[in-house]
Amino acid sequence: MSRWGEYVATAVRRIPPSGIRRFFDLVAETPGVISLGVGEPDFVTPWHIREACIYALERGFTMYTSNYGLLELREAIARRMQRTYGLSYDPRQEILVTVGVSEGLDLALRALLNPGDEVLIPEPCYVSYSPCTSLAGGVPVPVPTRGEDNFRLRAEELEKHISKRTKVLVLSYPNNPTGAIMEREDLLAIADLVEKYDLIVISDEIYDELTYDGQHTCFASLPRMRDRTILLNGFSKAYAMTGWRVGYACGNPEFIGAMTKIHQYTMLCAPITAQMAAIEALNKGEEEMKKMVAAYNRRRRLVVEGLRQIGLPCFEPKGAFYAFPSIRETGLSSEEFCTRLLQEVGVAVVPGNAFGASGEGHVRLSYAASTQQLTEALNRMETFLKKLKRQSSAAGCAGVGI
Amino acid sequence: MDALDREILEILQDNSRISHREIATMLGIAEEEVTKRIQELEKKGIIIKYHTLINWEKAGEEKVSAIIEVNVTPQRGIGFDAIAERIYRFPEVKSVYLVSGRYDLAVLVEGKNMKEVAFFVATKLATLDTVQSTATHFVLKKYKQEGVILEDKEEDKRLVISP
Repeated sequence: MSRWGEYVATAVRRIPPSGIRRFFDLVAETPGVISLGVGEPDFVTPWHIREACIYALERGFTMYTSNYGLLELREAIARRMQRTYGLSYDPRQEILVTVGVSEGLDLALRALLNPGDEVLIPEPCYVSYSPCTSLAGGVPVPVPTRGEDNFRLRAEELEKHISKRTKVLVLSYPNNPTGAIMEREDLLAIADLVEKYDLIVISDEIYDELTYDGQHTCFASLPRMRDRTILLNGFSKAYAMTGWRVGYACGNPEFIGAMTKIHQYTMLCAPITAQMAAIEALNKGEEEMKKMVAAYNRRRRLVVEGLRQIGLPCFEPKGAFYAFPSIRETGLSSEEFCTRLLQEVGVAVVPGNAFGASGEGHVRLSYAASTQQLTEALNRMETFLKKLKRQSSAAGCAGVGI
Repeated sequence: MDALDREILEILQDNSRISHREIATMLGIAEEEVTKRIQELEKKGIIIKYHTLINWEKAGEEKVSAIIEVNVTPQRGIGFDAIAERIYRFPEVKSVYLVSGRYDLAVLVEGKNMKEVAFFVATKLATLDTVQSTATHFVLKKYKQEGVILEDKEEDKRLVISP
């Protein structure tokens, strides 16, 4: 570290480097890899949405928008919430357009946390929740979830982690990396606790449209939860719009107002071109979106079945586009498994511990890839597992010999 | 025909070489069910043929195709069907559509070179009794065919690993 490192703020220095980063470098320098380590759709944004953006540019939409975002977009978001979840949000003061859910999360945490406030974070989970909590002055409190429970958050487990300082609960279902969802009954039990301990919920529902074999339950739609919840969502996953960076937050006017205060001094507004594209997505994107979801669903079944056949136990993910098989039987750690899988057969998956300690013993495999790639990757994984088995039985025999 | 049949058709349309077993897994149903349904779809003539989309230009084959606008006189009682049949029986003719608008039949003709196509139009098409006139448009470049972009430059640009 050069001496300049000492000038970097302590709070930033304390944040551990991303577990994914090191692995990324390793994958990038290995040729011929099939990567199932990508956390974004393999589809490109549907053409009509891209075309709407081009048209917006042609007409000269290149300026700032209201801090809250284009009213037309907020109105379209309000209609969607009404239509899908029966939730009514006032587009003038209860909806904020953000630069992706990532910004929404940061704003929500900063708007709510006083120094030392505790934030409950069910793990395994997306990598941002803990660091953003720390940066906002809060204290992240991981709450483990387990494969035996299909990675659902159990109320009993959650309650064990609640203290006097607990203020916020972060929920993210359908979940990245596990693909777990929460049924309505599961969420009702959580809602009881939220009320009992007077907590605020930040609910990241970016994968809501990617729910299979059933309906997604929006946490804010549960009785008495609307005003206790900051609902975060966006366009990245359902409409394959990750790079556009546009999302939104819905909540009571106090929370949204506080978030907007930070937003107006930091981001000002989400890019106008992306907002114009988002309007098109909400108004006319349903058909193409459903097609993509149907494709993910087919691949999901292919992958889960494939994993089970090659001997990796995998609970059935009901949302997002990830499978999270257990690799414990191989005797390897998540990191060892991923490194060797990459080096020996050229398949990249992400170690489960990158998403929290309770992800150890698992790997995340994204099925946002073509069926041909998925089939080839599964074949290679089978080769790898057979080789592992041969090696361990050979080692076993040698042991007996001695 | 139900939603499941439709999904099977969509999968096959994209990749007709996929195994019944794979389709079964993708749809969460039994393999026998898929086989039964596909046989039924074949029997009903909903699935007509399993073919391969080929970029002949890349294969180095010199092929010329043209879209021919054909104006015809419809015949009493049979309308356009008889003349359409006279036209589509020629192996040089790859597709025939009855269309609305300025002309009646859109005919796609393929040949080894321009001369061959032009000769076919002049001697076989234009000379048919009910054909009033033809206009030949030679295809200069194929961009997209049967819903497939022939040289799609939109390759995967994603980072190899992302959270």
